[in-house]
Amino acid sequence: MNKTILKTENLCAYFTDEKVLKDVNIQFERNKVTAIMGPSGCGKTTLIRTINRMHELVPGARITGRIILEEDNIATLHPILVRRRIGMVFQRPNPFPTMSIFENVIAGYKLNGIHLPKDEMNQTVEEALKGAALWDEVKDVLHRKGTFLSGGQQQRLCIARALAMRPPVILLDEPTSALDPKATSSIEELIVELKDTVTILIVTHNTAQAARVSDFTAFMYLGELIEFGTTQKMFTVPDHKKTEEYLTGKFG
Amino acid sequence: MKERTYYRIARDKIFISTVVLLCAISIVPLLLILYYIAINGISAINWEFLFNLPAPVGEEGGGVSNAIIGTLMLVVIASIMAVPIGILTGIYLSENKDSRFAGMIRSTVEVIMGVPSIILGIIAYAWVVLPMRQFSALAGGVALAIMMLPVIIRSTEETLNLIPNELKEASLALGVPYYRTMIKVILPVGLSGIITGILLGVARIAGETAPLLFTAFGNQFMNLNIFKPVNSLPLMIYYYATSPYEQWHVDAWGASFLLAIFVLGLNFITKLVARR
Repeated sequence: MNKTILKTENLCAYFTDEKVLKDVNIQFERNKVTAIMGPSGCGKTTLIRTINRMHELVPGARITGRIILEEDNIATLHPILVRRRIGMVFQRPNPFPTMSIFENVIAGYKLNGIHLPKDEMNQTVEEALKGAALWDEVKDVLHRKGTFLSGGQQQRLCIARALAMRPPVILLDEPTSALDPKATSSIEELIVELKDTVTILIVTHNTAQAARVSDFTAFMYLGELIEFGTTQKMFTVPDHKKTEEYLTGKFG
Repeated sequence: MKERTYYRIARDKIFISTVVLLCAISIVPLLLILYYIAINGISAINWEFLFNLPAPVGEEGGGVSNAIIGTLMLVVIASIMAVPIGILTGIYLSENKDSRFAGMIRSTVEVIMGVPSIILGIIAYAWVVLPMRQFSALAGGVALAIMMLPVIIRSTEETLNLIPNELKEASLALGVPYYRTMIKVILPVGLSGIITGILLGVARIAGETAPLLFTAFGNQFMNLNIFKPVNSLPLMIYYYATSPYEQWHVDAWGASFLLAIFVLGLNFITKLVARR
């Protein structure tokens, strides 16, 4: 099997006339965690939003260049199909407030009108919640509203919701920035466990977090990919001066 | 120094008591109106009043069942037309905040809100009554639907604007098509706000007389045909209260009481729904 699951070729992204990504070429390896870090406004969130084609939902937003997911150029696929193969978890936990925990996990099927047999549905929910390390806490209250959970639990519920669709790739957009330290560490543990089954791209402005969870790290600055390599190398002997300055807290 | 402080405290007290006093004065007329309607209306209401048709002058036991049914028909016809259009327009406005077309719709909605209701009656007269050569419940319903539309559009738009964008993105990121996201995720979240808007719209039209004068027209008999004139409570009150017969005045009070209870009840339910 090809080691690279996802790559971008000369990817540029625009909001109307403003160029926010400049010729980004990056390759993501299968079943690894890649952290994307950089100061605010460097384009890291835009980068992952171009990958599941959420970027183009903003009026005036467009991209040039190519994004290849497992041999397919995603521009040739329907956005809906792209998003079913690439899950996403957002900065702030956003479970659907009208739905129970169970319905939230299965929402990807329900909302798309995909009917599963009852057994398979129960199994999918159980697997997804176990995958998100939430099963033990909620298995007796599956019918309760997802919004009753704590912030960290809600975020794991959102991860379970993404996992339930069994996507090969999951994008995490600063998934712990709205959480307390304890919930943050449980999500970080989870990320490390999850890479056996999925490829994870995580955007973070927390360098320590990138060091803790990722195999590869990309450093972005002002829309450009400055440096990309194994996390170990990046945090010990970075090639670029900018990277070193960022990691030592000189700016950002 | 000390005197100055006492002076300020005294001014404070005077201000607060003035506010309380004026509030009390403002609710006195409202309470008197309710009291007056209740005193005069309750005595008119009995079984026959609710379930019988109007009786000829001088006969006992006449009722207003035709007006009650007529009002319900008008409300239902108006709602069937205004609710779907209003909700969809509200969705469009909240989804396209900056487009010029949305801006045009928004100002049109504001204008319709300010147009006197009798003019909406004339419009329904020109659109429905003239081509069909017939006063009808349908024409009355069209006039009331136009009155109801702005309320529903506004409340839908404002409700949806309060829903965080993250929810929409969560659904889209699962590969859910846009229309399903709106119908299955966003509308259920805003449901109580939208229902509140519909109930306020119904409360607004239930008591309207002017747009019905030359559309629904009024009818002394029971009518369930939407292409024929119907009676309604406000129309009935208007005709009966200006008649020279003592019994009809009593009946008009009774109908006023019914109408007031209906609208107050709607407002009460609206509060309950909005609190959820």
